[in-house]
Amino acid sequence: MTLLFYLAGAIAVIATFAVIVQTNIVHALLYLILSLLAVAVIFYVLGAPFAAVLEAIVYAGAILVLFLFVIMMLNLGQHTRDQERGWLTARMFFVPGVMSALLLGQLLNVLSQVGQDIAVSRVGVMEVSALLFGPYVLAVELASILLLAGLVSAYHLAKR
Amino acid sequence: METIPVEHGFILAGILFCLGLIGVLTRRNVVFVLMSLEIMLNASGLAFIVAAARWGHADGQVMFLMILTLAAAEVAVGLGLIIQMFRRYQTVDINVLSDMKG
Repeated sequence: MTLLFYLAGAIAVIATFAVIVQTNIVHALLYLILSLLAVAVIFYVLGAPFAAVLEAIVYAGAILVLFLFVIMMLNLGQHTRDQERGWLTARMFFVPGVMSALLLGQLLNVLSQVGQDIAVSRVGVMEVSALLFGPYVLAVELASILLLAGLVSAYHLAKR
Repeated sequence: METIPVEHGFILAGILFCLGLIGVLTRRNVVFVLMSLEIMLNASGLAFIVAAARWGHADGQVMFLMILTLAAAEVAVGLGLIIQMFRRYQTVDINVLSDMKG
């Protein structure tokens, strides 16, 4: 299980890196699906099967299919790919890369002082649902209102 | 029982977050910017799950569900905005939006 964690982590990092340097938008989307599925495997290894299944269904299933539909609607062809290739030079990556590396260095500096181990214990659907419909029921209601607001505004924005 | 050091999970979440940040800062195609935002939200969700696994609680998974809901709503609104932008300017270049009036 420990080996699976590191393997899936490496796949997630490599696939995410491929997303941000990719010029073909559909290839980038497929790499993003690979990255999200690798993160779902990590969730499973960490003892959160419900979160793993939701990651696969909602992120890799629903959200990325939404992206695919929009890419089909926009009909971005060879022209956009050439344009992307012109924009995406190594020089553009330099300053954001250095700034993000600094941020990552600070994060690593803070996190390396934690030094505790995860003894993996399975927290299944039952515990999560008991919390969702117990102390967090107001948060669930607010999330439903957020989704309703997202639905209404997406309908309004995409309308001609 | 096998154990995984908790900082390795956090470091993975941090690397994914920084990769998403680089994507947001670098790309000019607005669809790629939205995808990088998804990567960043997903990395924060991973950090919640790692923390939940450390203490063996379900609270972190509940927070992950909230992040999932937020990501779904955000991507629906963002893609609606992209469609509207493409109709108006016939491009996905985010720099055309820099000419504000008023």
